[in-house]
Amino acid sequence: MELKFILESILFSAQKPLSPKELRDLLNAAAEHGDAAKPFKKTKEEDLTAALEQLQKDHEAAQRSYRLACVAGSWQFASQPEFAPWLVALVGVKARPPRLSQPALETLAIISYRQPITRAEVEQVRGVAVDGVMQTLLERGLVEQVGRAEVVGRPMTYGTTPAFLEYFGLRSLEDLPAAEELRRLPVTKPEALLTIDPGLATAPPEQVTLEEAEKPAEPGPAPQA
Amino acid sequence: MAEYKVQFEVFEGPLDLLLYLIRKEEVDIYEVNLTKLATEFIRYIDVMRLLDLEIAGEFLVMASTLMHIKSRELLPKDQQVETGEEEETEDPRWELIRQLVEYKKFKDAAAQLQAREIEQENTFPRLPIKPDFSAPETTPKPEASLFDLINAVSAILKRVGQRDDMREIFEDKWSVSEKIEVLVKLVAEKTAVKFSDLFSGATNRSEVVCTFLALLELIRMRQLICAQPEDFGEIEITRAPEPAVAVEDSKIAE
Repeated sequence: MELKFILESILFSAQKPLSPKELRDLLNAAAEHGDAAKPFKKTKEEDLTAALEQLQKDHEAAQRSYRLACVAGSWQFASQPEFAPWLVALVGVKARPPRLSQPALETLAIISYRQPITRAEVEQVRGVAVDGVMQTLLERGLVEQVGRAEVVGRPMTYGTTPAFLEYFGLRSLEDLPAAEELRRLPVTKPEALLTIDPGLATAPPEQVTLEEAEKPAEPGPAPQA
Repeated sequence: MAEYKVQFEVFEGPLDLLLYLIRKEEVDIYEVNLTKLATEFIRYIDVMRLLDLEIAGEFLVMASTLMHIKSRELLPKDQQVETGEEEETEDPRWELIRQLVEYKKFKDAAAQLQAREIEQENTFPRLPIKPDFSAPETTPKPEASLFDLINAVSAILKRVGQRDDMREIFEDKWSVSEKIEVLVKLVAEKTAVKFSDLFSGATNRSEVVCTFLALLELIRMRQLICAQPEDFGEIEITRAPEPAVAVEDSKIAE
Protein backbone atom coordinates (compact mmCIF):
# COMPACT_ATOMS: atom_id res chain seq x y z
CA MET A 1 0.00 0.00 0.00
CA GLU A 2 1.28 3.43 -0.82
CA LEU A 3 1.94 5.85 1.98
CA LYS A 4 0.27 8.75 0.16
CA PHE A 5 -3.03 6.89 -0.08
CA ILE A 6 -2.93 6.06 3.60
CA LEU A 7 -2.41 9.73 4.33
CA GLU A 8 -5.18 10.64 1.93
CA SER A 9 -7.63 8.40 3.74
CA ILE A 10 -6.65 9.89 7.10
CA LEU A 11 -6.93 13.47 5.92
CA PHE A 12 -10.20 12.76 4.18
CA SER A 13 -11.76 11.81 7.51
CA ALA A 14 -9.83 14.16 9.79
CA GLN A 15 -11.75 16.68 11.85
CA LYS A 16 -8.94 19.25 11.75
CA PRO A 17 -5.80 20.03 9.77
CA LEU A 18 -3.01 17.62 10.67
CA SER A 19 0.72 18.28 10.80
CA PRO A 20 3.27 15.70 9.61
CA LYS A 21 4.08 15.03 13.26
CA GLU A 22 0.47 14.26 14.13
CA LEU A 23 0.22 12.03 11.06
CA ARG A 24 3.32 10.16 12.12
CA ASP A 25 1.82 9.58 15.57
CA LEU A 26 -1.30 8.22 13.90
CA LEU A 27 0.73 5.81 11.79
CA ASN A 28 2.46 4.59 14.94
CA ALA A 29 -0.85 4.18 16.76
CA ALA A 30 -2.26 2.19 13.84
CA ALA A 31 0.77 -0.09 13.84
CA GLU A 32 -0.03 -1.05 17.43
CA HIS A 33 -3.41 -2.38 16.40
CA GLY A 34 -2.71 -4.57 13.44
CA ASP A 35 -0.10 -6.17 11.27
CA ALA A 36 -1.28 -4.45 8.10
CA ALA A 37 -0.18 -1.08 9.46
CA LYS A 38 3.15 -2.33 10.81
CA PRO A 39 5.30 -1.47 7.78
CA PHE A 40 4.53 2.23 8.24
CA LYS A 41 5.45 2.37 11.88
CA LYS A 42 8.84 3.99 11.45
CA THR A 43 7.93 6.49 8.74
CA LYS A 44 10.08 9.61 8.89
CA GLU A 45 8.55 13.05 8.81
CA GLU A 46 10.47 13.94 5.65
CA ASP A 47 8.97 10.96 3.87
CA LEU A 48 5.56 11.98 5.13
CA THR A 49 5.98 15.49 3.83
CA ALA A 50 7.23 14.21 0.49
CA ALA A 51 4.22 11.90 0.20
CA LEU A 52 1.87 14.74 1.09
CA GLU A 53 3.43 16.96 -1.54
CA GLN A 54 3.09 14.20 -4.11
CA LEU A 55 -0.54 13.74 -3.16
CA GLN A 56 -1.09 17.47 -3.49
CA LYS A 57 0.40 17.39 -7.00
CA ASP A 58 -1.77 14.42 -7.93
CA HIS A 59 -4.91 16.26 -6.92
CA GLU A 60 -3.78 19.36 -8.74
CA ALA A 61 -3.16 17.37 -11.90
CA ALA A 62 -6.56 15.74 -11.62
CA GLN A 63 -8.18 19.20 -11.51
CA ARG A 64 -10.73 18.29 -8.91
CA SER A 65 -13.06 20.72 -7.19
CA TYR A 66 -11.00 20.38 -4.03
CA ARG A 67 -7.33 20.34 -3.25
CA LEU A 68 -4.99 19.26 -0.54
CA ALA A 69 -4.06 22.50 1.21
CA CYS A 70 -1.23 23.07 3.62
CA VAL A 71 -1.76 26.03 5.90
CA ALA A 72 0.83 26.95 8.52
CA GLY A 73 2.33 23.47 8.24
CA SER A 74 -0.89 21.47 8.66
CA TRP A 75 -2.64 19.58 5.89
CA GLN A 76 -6.31 19.50 5.06
CA PHE A 77 -8.66 19.03 2.14
CA ALA A 78 -10.36 22.24 1.05
CA SER A 79 -12.58 23.34 -1.79
CA GLN A 80 -11.31 25.39 -4.71
CA PRO A 81 -12.32 29.06 -4.42
CA GLU A 82 -14.32 29.11 -7.64
CA PHE A 83 -16.93 26.82 -6.11
CA ALA A 84 -17.68 29.25 -3.31
CA PRO A 85 -21.16 30.29 -4.58
CA TRP A 86 -22.51 26.77 -4.10
CA LEU A 87 -20.75 26.18 -0.82
CA VAL A 88 -22.03 29.46 0.55
CA ALA A 89 -25.52 28.26 -0.31
CA LEU A 90 -24.79 25.04 1.56
CA VAL A 91 -23.06 26.23 4.72
CA GLY A 92 -23.42 30.04 4.69
CA VAL A 93 -20.82 32.78 4.46
CA LYS A 94 -17.65 32.21 6.43
CA ALA A 95 -17.30 34.39 9.49
CA ARG A 96 -14.16 36.40 8.85
CA PRO A 97 -12.89 39.78 10.01
CA PRO A 98 -13.29 42.61 7.49
CA ARG A 99 -10.82 42.69 4.63
CA LEU A 100 -7.58 44.56 5.17
CA SER A 101 -7.17 48.07 3.81
CA GLN A 102 -4.60 48.98 1.19
CA PRO A 103 -2.19 50.60 3.70
CA ALA A 104 -2.54 47.59 5.98
CA LEU A 105 -1.76 45.18 3.15
CA GLU A 106 1.29 47.18 2.07
CA THR A 107 2.60 47.35 5.62
CA LEU A 108 1.95 43.66 6.13
CA ALA A 109 3.74 42.81 2.88
CA ILE A 110 6.82 44.73 3.98
CA ILE A 111 6.84 43.12 7.42
CA SER A 112 6.27 39.62 6.09
CA TYR A 113 9.18 39.79 3.66
CA ARG A 114 11.62 41.74 5.80
CA GLN A 115 11.00 40.46 9.31
CA PRO A 116 12.29 41.16 11.85
CA ILE A 117 11.87 44.81 11.00
CA THR A 118 11.47 48.01 12.99
CA ARG A 119 8.65 50.44 12.54
CA ALA A 120 11.05 53.06 11.19
CA GLU A 121 12.27 50.70 8.51
CA VAL A 122 8.72 50.02 7.39
CA GLU A 123 8.09 53.74 7.20
CA GLN A 124 11.22 54.17 5.13
CA VAL A 125 9.94 51.79 2.50
CA ARG A 126 6.40 53.11 2.44
CA GLY A 127 7.37 56.75 2.74
CA VAL A 128 4.59 57.48 5.24
CA ALA A 129 3.91 56.97 8.92
CA VAL A 130 2.45 53.58 9.80
CA ASP A 131 1.41 54.00 13.45
CA GLY A 132 -2.32 53.51 12.97
CA VAL A 133 -1.90 50.67 10.56
CA MET A 134 0.57 48.88 12.82
CA GLN A 135 -1.93 49.13 15.65
CA THR A 136 -4.58 47.45 13.53
CA LEU A 137 -2.24 44.66 12.50
CA LEU A 138 -1.16 44.07 16.08
CA GLU A 139 -4.75 44.02 17.29
CA ARG A 140 -5.74 41.51 14.65
CA GLY A 141 -2.86 39.32 15.71
CA LEU A 142 -1.31 39.24 12.25
CA VAL A 143 1.98 40.72 13.45
CA GLU A 144 3.69 40.70 16.82
CA GLN A 145 6.75 42.09 18.53
CA VAL A 146 9.59 39.68 18.08
CA GLY A 147 12.50 41.49 19.71
CA ARG A 148 14.60 44.61 19.68
CA ALA A 149 17.01 45.86 17.06
CA GLU A 150 20.64 46.30 18.12
CA VAL A 151 20.73 49.95 17.15
CA VAL A 152 20.50 53.18 19.06
CA GLY A 153 17.35 53.27 21.16
CA ARG A 154 16.86 49.53 20.73
CA PRO A 155 13.55 49.87 18.91
CA MET A 156 11.05 47.02 18.78
CA THR A 157 11.16 44.69 15.84
CA TYR A 158 8.09 43.09 14.37
CA GLY A 159 7.29 39.85 12.59
CA THR A 160 4.27 37.93 11.36
CA THR A 161 2.35 35.36 13.42
CA PRO A 162 0.96 31.91 12.53
CA ALA A 163 -2.41 33.66 12.29
CA PHE A 164 -0.97 35.58 9.35
CA LEU A 165 -0.24 32.33 7.52
CA GLU A 166 -3.70 31.04 8.30
CA TYR A 167 -5.42 34.22 7.19
CA PHE A 168 -3.77 34.12 3.79
CA GLY A 169 -3.72 30.34 3.50
CA LEU A 170 0.07 30.15 3.31
CA ARG A 171 2.08 27.04 4.05
CA SER A 172 5.02 28.99 5.44
CA LEU A 173 6.85 32.25 4.85
CA GLU A 174 8.69 30.50 2.01
CA ASP A 175 5.31 30.24 0.35
CA LEU A 176 5.06 34.02 -0.10
CA PRO A 177 5.14 34.97 -3.75
CA ALA A 178 8.60 35.97 -5.02
CA ALA A 179 9.95 35.52 -1.51
CA GLU A 180 13.60 35.31 -2.51
CA GLU A 181 13.59 38.52 -4.48
CA LEU A 182 11.82 40.63 -1.92
CA ARG A 183 13.30 39.28 1.26
CA ARG A 184 16.92 40.07 0.57
CA LEU A 185 17.30 43.79 0.32
CA PRO A 186 17.25 44.17 -3.44
CA VAL A 187 20.41 46.15 -4.04
CA THR A 188 19.25 46.72 -7.56
CA LYS A 189 22.47 47.36 -9.37
CA PRO A 190 23.41 51.01 -9.31
CA GLU A 191 23.04 51.57 -12.99
CA ALA A 192 25.21 53.97 -14.83
CA LEU A 193 22.41 55.06 -17.06
CA LEU A 194 20.57 57.68 -15.21
CA THR A 195 17.60 59.68 -16.03
CA ILE A 196 19.19 62.34 -18.17
CA ASP A 197 22.10 62.34 -20.57
CA PRO A 198 25.19 63.02 -18.57
CA GLY A 199 26.75 66.39 -18.91
CA LEU A 200 23.66 67.95 -20.28
CA ALA A 201 21.24 70.08 -18.50
CA THR A 202 17.66 69.00 -18.69
CA ALA A 203 16.24 69.86 -22.06
CA PRO A 204 14.44 73.17 -22.04
CA PRO A 205 13.74 73.39 -18.32
CA GLU A 206 10.04 73.98 -18.37
CA GLN A 207 10.43 76.13 -15.37
CA VAL A 208 8.73 75.13 -12.23
CA THR A 209 7.05 78.18 -10.87
CA LEU A 210 9.66 78.67 -8.30
CA GLU A 211 7.82 80.86 -5.87
CA GLU A 212 5.25 78.15 -5.46
CA ALA A 213 7.69 75.35 -5.32
CA GLU A 214 9.80 76.95 -2.70
CA LYS A 215 7.04 77.58 -0.30
CA PRO A 216 6.44 73.94 0.61
CA ALA A 217 10.11 73.11 0.45
CA GLU A 218 11.27 75.71 2.94
CA PRO A 219 9.67 76.86 6.11
CA GLY A 220 10.34 80.45 5.00
CA PRO A 221 11.10 82.59 8.00
CA ALA A 222 8.94 85.61 7.32
CA PRO A 223 9.84 88.34 9.74
CA GLN A 224 6.54 90.11 9.71
CA ALA A 225 5.07 91.93 12.59
CA MET B 1 -8.93 69.97 -12.26
CA ALA B 2 -11.91 68.48 -10.54
CA GLU B 3 -10.83 65.04 -11.66
CA TYR B 4 -7.74 65.23 -9.48
CA LYS B 5 -9.85 65.52 -6.41
CA VAL B 6 -11.02 61.96 -6.55
CA GLN B 7 -7.57 60.57 -7.02
CA PHE B 8 -6.01 62.29 -4.08
CA GLU B 9 -7.94 60.11 -1.75
CA VAL B 10 -6.23 57.09 -3.17
CA PHE B 11 -2.59 57.95 -2.66
CA GLU B 12 -0.97 56.33 0.31
CA GLY B 13 1.90 58.79 0.33
CA PRO B 14 4.35 60.64 -1.89
CA LEU B 15 5.85 57.43 -3.25
CA ASP B 16 2.44 56.25 -4.26
CA LEU B 17 1.78 59.54 -6.02
CA LEU B 18 5.10 59.32 -7.84
CA LEU B 19 4.35 55.78 -8.97
CA TYR B 20 1.03 56.97 -10.27
CA LEU B 21 2.71 59.78 -12.22
CA ILE B 22 5.26 57.37 -13.67
CA ARG B 23 2.52 54.97 -14.71
CA LYS B 24 0.72 57.83 -16.39
CA GLU B 25 3.86 58.54 -18.41
CA GLU B 26 3.97 54.88 -19.38
CA VAL B 27 7.69 54.56 -18.83
CA ASP B 28 9.85 52.25 -16.81
CA ILE B 29 10.85 53.54 -13.41
CA TYR B 30 14.51 53.35 -14.41
CA GLU B 31 13.93 55.53 -17.46
CA VAL B 32 11.73 58.16 -15.98
CA ASN B 33 12.62 61.80 -16.48
CA LEU B 34 12.91 62.95 -12.91
CA THR B 35 12.87 66.61 -13.82
CA LYS B 36 9.55 66.24 -15.54
CA LEU B 37 8.34 64.15 -12.63
CA ALA B 38 9.31 66.91 -10.22
CA THR B 39 7.25 69.40 -12.18
CA GLU B 40 4.24 67.10 -12.20
CA PHE B 41 4.57 66.33 -8.53
CA ILE B 42 4.66 69.95 -7.56
CA ARG B 43 1.68 70.67 -9.76
CA TYR B 44 -0.25 68.09 -7.77
CA ILE B 45 0.77 69.65 -4.51
CA ASP B 46 -0.48 72.94 -5.83
CA VAL B 47 -3.80 71.39 -6.64
CA MET B 48 -3.95 69.93 -3.19
CA ARG B 49 -3.39 73.34 -1.74
CA LEU B 50 -5.98 74.79 -4.05
CA LEU B 51 -8.50 72.28 -2.85
CA ASP B 52 -7.53 73.15 0.69
CA LEU B 53 -6.48 69.62 1.44
CA GLU B 54 -4.20 69.10 4.31
CA ILE B 55 -0.82 68.30 2.85
CA ALA B 56 1.05 65.71 4.83
CA GLY B 57 4.63 66.52 5.71
CA GLU B 58 5.89 63.58 3.68
CA PHE B 59 4.68 65.22 0.50
CA LEU B 60 6.65 68.35 1.27
CA VAL B 61 9.81 66.38 2.01
CA MET B 62 9.44 64.63 -1.31
CA ALA B 63 8.84 67.93 -3.09
CA SER B 64 12.05 69.32 -1.69
CA THR B 65 13.99 66.20 -2.68
CA LEU B 66 12.69 66.55 -6.19
CA MET B 67 13.57 70.23 -6.29
CA HIS B 68 17.04 69.36 -5.12
CA ILE B 69 17.43 66.84 -7.93
CA LYS B 70 16.07 69.25 -10.46
CA SER B 71 18.32 72.06 -9.34
CA ARG B 72 21.38 69.87 -9.75
CA GLU B 73 20.44 69.10 -13.28
CA LEU B 74 19.99 72.66 -14.29
CA LEU B 75 23.74 73.06 -14.53
CA PRO B 76 25.79 71.34 -17.20
CA LYS B 77 27.85 68.60 -15.69
CA ASP B 78 31.24 70.30 -16.19
CA GLN B 79 30.04 73.33 -14.35
CA GLN B 80 28.61 71.51 -11.38
CA VAL B 81 30.37 72.22 -8.15
CA GLU B 82 32.67 69.40 -7.28
CA THR B 83 32.48 69.34 -3.56
CA GLY B 84 33.88 66.45 -1.64
CA GLU B 85 30.42 65.49 -0.56
CA GLU B 86 29.87 63.70 -3.83
CA GLU B 87 31.37 60.50 -2.45
CA GLU B 88 29.74 60.49 0.91
CA THR B 89 26.20 61.19 -0.19
CA GLU B 90 24.69 59.01 -2.80
CA ASP B 91 23.27 60.45 -5.94
CA PRO B 92 19.82 61.61 -4.83
CA ARG B 93 18.40 60.52 -8.15
CA TRP B 94 19.53 56.98 -7.67
CA GLU B 95 18.38 56.99 -4.09
CA LEU B 96 14.90 58.06 -5.12
CA ILE B 97 14.65 55.54 -7.91
CA ARG B 98 15.83 52.75 -5.65
CA GLN B 99 13.16 53.72 -3.16
CA LEU B 100 10.50 53.80 -5.85
CA VAL B 101 11.47 50.41 -7.23
CA GLU B 102 11.40 48.91 -3.78
CA TYR B 103 8.07 50.45 -2.91
CA LYS B 104 6.62 49.27 -6.21
CA LYS B 105 7.66 45.70 -5.46
CA PHE B 106 5.98 45.73 -2.09
CA LYS B 107 2.89 47.30 -3.56
CA ASP B 108 2.71 44.40 -5.99
CA ALA B 109 3.30 41.97 -3.15
CA ALA B 110 0.42 43.62 -1.28
CA ALA B 111 -1.81 43.09 -4.31
CA GLN B 112 -0.91 39.42 -4.31
CA LEU B 113 -1.65 39.16 -0.62
CA GLN B 114 -5.02 40.72 -1.30
CA ALA B 115 -5.72 38.15 -3.99
CA ARG B 116 -4.87 35.41 -1.52
CA GLU B 117 -7.07 37.05 1.09
CA ILE B 118 -10.06 36.85 -1.24
CA GLU B 119 -9.15 33.35 -2.35
CA GLN B 120 -8.97 32.23 1.25
CA GLU B 121 -12.33 33.80 1.94
CA ASN B 122 -13.80 31.52 -0.72
CA THR B 123 -12.03 28.38 0.35
CA PHE B 124 -14.01 25.96 2.45
CA PRO B 125 -12.10 23.33 4.38
CA ARG B 126 -13.46 19.83 4.60
CA LEU B 127 -14.49 19.38 8.21
CA PRO B 128 -16.30 16.10 8.56
CA ILE B 129 -17.94 15.32 11.84
CA LYS B 130 -16.52 12.36 13.67
CA PRO B 131 -18.56 9.29 12.79
CA ASP B 132 -20.42 8.00 15.83
CA PHE B 133 -19.97 4.27 16.13
CA SER B 134 -21.15 3.82 19.71
CA ALA B 135 -24.04 1.39 20.24
CA PRO B 136 -27.19 2.87 18.80
CA GLU B 137 -29.02 4.40 21.72
CA THR B 138 -32.37 2.91 22.46
CA THR B 139 -34.07 5.60 20.54
CA PRO B 140 -36.30 7.44 22.94
CA LYS B 141 -39.68 6.44 21.71
CA PRO B 142 -42.48 8.91 22.13
CA GLU B 143 -44.13 8.12 25.42
CA ALA B 144 -47.76 7.29 25.36
CA SER B 145 -49.86 9.82 27.21
CA LEU B 146 -52.58 9.00 29.69
CA PHE B 147 -55.19 9.66 27.02
CA ASP B 148 -53.52 7.22 24.66
CA LEU B 149 -53.74 4.61 27.40
CA ILE B 150 -57.37 5.36 28.16
CA ASN B 151 -58.24 5.13 24.47
CA ALA B 152 -56.47 1.81 24.24
CA VAL B 153 -58.11 0.38 27.32
CA SER B 154 -61.57 1.51 26.31
CA ALA B 155 -61.15 -0.32 23.01
CA ILE B 156 -60.27 -3.43 24.95
CA LEU B 157 -63.18 -2.94 27.30
CA LYS B 158 -65.47 -2.73 24.33
CA ARG B 159 -64.15 -6.03 23.04
CA VAL B 160 -64.46 -7.67 26.44
CA GLY B 161 -67.98 -6.33 26.82
CA GLN B 162 -68.97 -7.91 23.53
CA ARG B 163 -67.49 -11.19 24.60
CA ASP B 164 -69.40 -11.76 27.84
CA ASP B 165 -72.91 -11.83 26.76
CA MET B 166 -73.72 -14.52 29.21
CA ARG B 167 -74.13 -12.04 32.02
CA GLU B 168 -72.73 -14.44 34.54
CA ILE B 169 -71.76 -12.95 37.79
CA PHE B 170 -68.23 -13.57 38.99
CA GLU B 171 -66.85 -12.67 42.32
CA ASP B 172 -64.12 -10.13 42.23
CA LYS B 173 -61.15 -12.38 42.56
CA TRP B 174 -58.60 -9.92 41.22
CA SER B 175 -56.86 -7.30 43.21
CA VAL B 176 -54.65 -4.53 41.86
CA SER B 177 -51.66 -5.66 43.92
CA GLU B 178 -51.97 -9.14 42.48
CA LYS B 179 -52.02 -7.76 39.00
CA ILE B 180 -48.97 -5.64 39.74
CA GLU B 181 -47.00 -8.74 40.52
CA VAL B 182 -48.22 -10.42 37.36
CA LEU B 183 -47.27 -7.40 35.27
CA VAL B 184 -43.80 -7.07 36.79
CA LYS B 185 -43.14 -10.72 36.13
CA LEU B 186 -44.45 -10.49 32.58
CA VAL B 187 -42.30 -7.51 31.69
CA ALA B 188 -39.27 -9.05 33.36
CA GLU B 189 -39.58 -12.12 31.15
CA LYS B 190 -39.94 -10.29 27.88
CA THR B 191 -38.29 -6.97 27.24
CA ALA B 192 -41.35 -5.41 25.67
CA VAL B 193 -44.97 -6.40 26.01
CA LYS B 194 -47.71 -5.23 23.76
CA PHE B 195 -50.56 -3.43 25.38
CA SER B 196 -53.18 -5.84 24.05
CA ASP B 197 -51.19 -8.83 25.34
CA LEU B 198 -51.67 -7.57 28.87
CA PHE B 199 -55.36 -8.16 28.54
CA SER B 200 -55.42 -11.23 26.35
CA GLY B 201 -56.31 -13.51 29.25
CA ALA B 202 -58.85 -11.17 30.82
CA THR B 203 -62.27 -12.62 31.05
CA ASN B 204 -64.38 -9.70 32.15
CA ARG B 205 -64.44 -5.97 32.62
CA SER B 206 -63.31 -5.94 36.22
CA GLU B 207 -60.21 -7.95 35.38
CA VAL B 208 -59.34 -5.50 32.62
CA VAL B 209 -59.88 -2.63 34.99
CA CYS B 210 -57.67 -4.23 37.64
CA THR B 211 -54.89 -4.83 35.18
CA PHE B 212 -55.17 -1.32 33.87
CA LEU B 213 -55.04 0.19 37.36
CA ALA B 214 -51.99 -1.97 38.10
CA LEU B 215 -50.35 -0.64 34.95
CA LEU B 216 -51.07 2.95 35.90
CA GLU B 217 -49.69 2.34 39.35
CA LEU B 218 -46.46 0.86 37.97
CA ILE B 219 -46.07 3.80 35.61
CA ARG B 220 -46.58 6.16 38.51
CA MET B 221 -43.89 4.32 40.45
CA ARG B 222 -41.62 4.66 37.42
CA GLN B 223 -41.22 0.93 37.07
CA LEU B 224 -42.70 0.70 33.62
CA ILE B 225 -42.77 2.88 30.57
CA CYS B 226 -45.48 2.99 28.02
CA ALA B 227 -44.31 4.05 24.59
CA GLN B 228 -45.78 4.17 21.15
CA PRO B 229 -42.88 3.31 18.83
CA GLU B 230 -44.63 4.43 15.70
CA ASP B 231 -47.57 6.63 14.88
CA PHE B 232 -50.85 4.75 15.26
CA GLY B 233 -48.87 1.67 16.28
CA GLU B 234 -49.60 -0.39 19.31
CA ILE B 235 -48.46 0.80 22.70
CA GLU B 236 -45.55 -1.15 24.14
CA ILE B 237 -44.74 -1.61 27.78
CA THR B 238 -41.09 -1.83 28.81
CA ARG B 239 -39.19 -1.69 32.03
CA ALA B 240 -38.04 1.72 33.14
CA PRO B 241 -34.29 2.22 32.73
CA GLU B 242 -33.76 3.63 36.24
CA PRO B 243 -33.21 1.32 39.17
CA ALA B 244 -36.72 0.40 40.04
CA VAL B 245 -38.19 1.19 43.39
CA ALA B 246 -39.05 -2.00 45.21
CA VAL B 247 -42.70 -2.78 44.92
CA GLU B 248 -42.98 -3.57 48.61
CA ASP B 249 -41.88 -0.11 49.58
CA SER B 250 -44.89 1.65 48.30
CA LYS B 251 -48.21 1.13 49.90
CA ILE B 252 -50.68 0.06 47.35
CA ALA B 253 -54.19 0.71 48.22
CA GLU B 254 -56.60 -1.59 46.61
